[in-house]
Amino acid sequence: MKKKLVLIGNGMAGVNCIEQLLKLAPSRYDITIFGSEPHPNYNRILLSSVLAGDADMKDIVINDWSWYEENHITLHTGQTVNAIDTQRKLVSTDGGISVPYDELIIATGSLPFMLPLPGADKEGVIAFRDIKDCETMIETAKKYKKAIVIGGGLLGLEAARGLLNLNMEVSVVHINPYLMERQLDQTAAIMLQRELEQQGMKFLLAKNTEQILGKKRVTGVRFTDGHEEQADLVVMAVGIRPNIALAKSSGVEINRGIVVNDFMETNIPNVYSVGECAEHRGIAYGLVAPLYEQGAVIAKRLAAVETEGYHGSVVSTKLKVSGVDVFSAGDFTDSTDTRSIRLQDDLAGLYKKIVLRNGKVVGAVLFGDISDGSRLFKMIRAGEDVTGKEQETLLGAAVGGSAKSGADMVASMSDDEIVCGCNGVSKGAIVSAINDKGCASVNDIKACTKASGSCGGCKPLVADVLTYVLGADGVKTVKEGICGCTTLGRDEVVEAIRSMELTTSKEVMNVLEWSNPEGCSKCRPALNYYLGMVWPEEHEEERESRFVNERNHANIQKDGTYSVVPRMYGGVTTPEDLQRIATVAVKYNVPLVKLTGGQRIDLLGVKKEDLPKMWSDLDMPSGYAYGKALRTVKTCVGSSFCRFGTQDSIGMGIELEKRFERLNTPAKVKMAVSGCPRNCAESTIKDFGVVAIDGGWELHVGGNGGTKLRATDLLCKVKTEEEVLEWSGAYLQHYRETGKYGERTSEWIERVGLDTVKAALDKKEDRDALNDRIDKTLSLMQDPWKEIIEEQELNATFVPIVSETTESVLK
Amino acid sequence: MKRIHIGNITEINEKRARVVNIGSLEIAIFKLTGGALKAIENRCPHKAGKLSEGIVCDHHVFCPLHDWKIDLEDGLVQAPDDGCVTTFQTEVDEASGEVWLHIEEERILAS
Ligand SMILES: Cc1cc2nc3c(=O)[nH]c(=O)nc-3n(C[C@H](O)[C@H](O)[C@H](O)COP(=O)(O)OP(=O)(O)OC[C@H]3O[C@@H](n4cnc5c(N)ncnc54)[C@H](O)[C@@H]3O)c2cc1C
Ligand code: SF4
Ligand code: SF4
Ligand code: FES
Repeated sequence: MKKKLVLIGNGMAGVNCIEQLLKLAPSRYDITIFGSEPHPNYNRILLSSVLAGDADMKDIVINDWSWYEENHITLHTGQTVNAIDTQRKLVSTDGGISVPYDELIIATGSLPFMLPLPGADKEGVIAFRDIKDCETMIETAKKYKKAIVIGGGLLGLEAARGLLNLNMEVSVVHINPYLMERQLDQTAAIMLQRELEQQGMKFLLAKNTEQILGKKRVTGVRFTDGHEEQADLVVMAVGIRPNIALAKSSGVEINRGIVVNDFMETNIPNVYSVGECAEHRGIAYGLVAPLYEQGAVIAKRLAAVETEGYHGSVVSTKLKVSGVDVFSAGDFTDSTDTRSIRLQDDLAGLYKKIVLRNGKVVGAVLFGDISDGSRLFKMIRAGEDVTGKEQETLLGAAVGGSAKSGADMVASMSDDEIVCGCNGVSKGAIVSAINDKGCASVNDIKACTKASGSCGGCKPLVADVLTYVLGADGVKTVKEGICGCTTLGRDEVVEAIRSMELTTSKEVMNVLEWSNPEGCSKCRPALNYYLGMVWPEEHEEERESRFVNERNHANIQKDGTYSVVPRMYGGVTTPEDLQRIATVAVKYNVPLVKLTGGQRIDLLGVKKEDLPKMWSDLDMPSGYAYGKALRTVKTCVGSSFCRFGTQDSIGMGIELEKRFERLNTPAKVKMAVSGCPRNCAESTIKDFGVVAIDGGWELHVGGNGGTKLRATDLLCKVKTEEEVLEWSGAYLQHYRETGKYGERTSEWIERVGLDTVKAALDKKEDRDALNDRIDKTLSLMQDPWKEIIEEQELNATFVPIVSETTESVLK
Repeated sequence: MKRIHIGNITEINEKRARVVNIGSLEIAIFKLTGGALKAIENRCPHKAGKLSEGIVCDHHVFCPLHDWKIDLEDGLVQAPDDGCVTTFQTEVDEASGEVWLHIEEERILAS
């Protein structure tokens, strides 16, 4: 028979203790949990973020119903335990359930402290503690305007920030002359106040509330100095007290909280307590990090794993939702036996302070930049002696150079030391997620262990653990797939498409077990390209996987308008075409007409809904000045007019552009043809450049004039125009078949090597085979604008489905 | 709350969006695989990219300008970026496929 374990309180501390127990001894106990709230276990910390609109209720569930089921835990929600019979080892609830236990954990948390003011029981006076309070605030904000938060501590300010986000006017009333006096010193508090005032918060400091005004519902508050302030909602956030009524009536020893020893045992055998309700060495903690450390001790005890016990915690806090970074830890108030170092810059809004006692850092306050927080917190916890290097301690490595790096610090941490306090994730757990589960980024680790998933304060430390395990730049060669959805590389994916005859993205993702069901913005366009390249006939173009430019056949600009570039083969146009372009530009009020770097006319600033009509009026092919496709073939004047020209570069350019227009390629492809070695068309920085020489042509490849300038390599010299076309086709198709999606020919040729490319194109029969394949693909290409203009359904997607004026809607 | 008729569900393609303009408020309505509709403000919190033009993967859209990833269910920007986009409730008549949007009047006025 399994032993029976009962947990009273379905909150953060209790359930975390159970989670830790399940990891150590998954099937040792029959577990029953009681919770007064109607919800499964959720992250109370994130209520502030829910209120501030940064998270949704459903995002803050830590363990959903299925978790309890999977772990065979009996959960009774909406049941309040009202009696513990410690003699007969039985707990019973107000709903009439009673359950026997062998081991019992009391984790009833705490109750918000409500000031016993006259009128405190009026409608609209609430605390900030649970989902219900959060919902009340959200509902109230829909109907009322003015809120008062009593309490200028962490919780009060987070409530106030949330209410501001809910568009309420908020005044924070605080009894002290400055804010967050328990977490900040006066300097930091004033900086914080200044910042919050800018965000629209109002403050009534050094004010004592005397009475809550109103009939049934609150209408305002009165202070002891006679001043009155109007309010439709009053949130009291003045503190908490351990929830001990149940323990007290059951004969468990209490002081301020439930008294526990280093093993979290109460005075009653087999009864433990953890969380905000417990008092250890005179302290009841109100933050999760220590509570999780406490829970670990109970878990080890119950799993019969050796433990040293709990010796108390140093805590750190930060404000989650205000948009200002504030951090404090340890003992940061000055006293006669401490000395401190401060750095204050009011203009930049920066403040740093460390407090030293006997050469050791015992406390710190940071404002504005809290990136040193985890480093300092670690020093405080370790009780490190910094005598002689105090300045560096404050300022970090920047000054002395010898301060420890993050990774050094991680090295000195023990495995069970908690890195993420919110979710109780230890260094050891993160290290094994990296080693065993292949996590390679902070995000991976978050997904895998929840570390840094709540308040995010430990992110820098998590990153340090990552660096510590994976080496300086995180470059333990984790296998990199084509995107985050798969570990398979380009070649493996293309091979699978070929060998398993996969013809849709969906199939590829299914068969190759993509981790995201519908992929991401990286792999979807890539798969669409690879499928089209391998199966030009079978694969059906997936419009929804195309990047906007290729889906709308126009280039999206920063303001959401588009640019239209009519095709102009070889850069040559006619007076008639120019006239038509001008007429269309006038008709559609095109704000800017510009020549592109590729010798084409760019009509910029076109509204999406005008695109089909414009193309129809232009009646020219689309210019593809935006896609991963052949963009333009730039030409010089050549022998037609130029006195140096040896060949007809214009004619050659037009021919190439007509042959390859609309061809999809791994990345954009630009070409150029120059009529003589003076190279006026700049052919030697193009993906494929042709330079005429006396009696023949030089073919240049792999150039790029973009971000990474690269001059071309000479592929070969040929004699006739037919040969230029033959080589260019073979070259392009070889690139299409072996390039990675998004990889320009300049990068591709450096990756695969010029010699490999030369070898692949060396034999005539190979070039012919490549040309056959490119011809097949080309024969299937259609002018996208003809298609869009002719197909009503496609055409319709360019216009909004509804456009109504404000007046007609509000009528 | 205003309930505004915006057309039929067949007018939106799967994994694509259509735009609805209401006063100066621009909303993108997405149809997810399986047919569910999601409506969000057509404005990326980064640099106001038109989310209606993004690539849709399950219930996320990737902004076409700088590839931020946004959850269409709650409008939250996904890590490593952060921010959020206003979401709107849609209503679909099962039988006819007609679609309505629910918008708070303040939103229409304010924008
Ligand atoms: C808005 C807010 C923001 C916070 N932000 C932070 C933060 O940034 N960082 C941080 O470290 N901490 C923060 N805290 C504090 C943190 O949430 C608490 O320290 C932590 O939740 C305490 O865990 P617990 O299990 O002891 O209590 P709780 O999580 O409160 O769980 C106790 C549960 O027991 C239930 N219960 C009580 N009595 C009974 C009974 N007789 N029978 C059955 N069930 C019962 C209660 O309903 C409750 O659900 C925040 C708290 C709030 C309210
Ligand atoms: S490259 Fe030669 S042919 Fe062409 S314009 Fe320049 S000089 Fe004339
Ligand atoms: S160079 Fe940069 S800024 Fe200029 S058009 Fe190209 S992408 Fe835009
Ligand atoms: S505007 Fe959306 S990502 Fe930049």
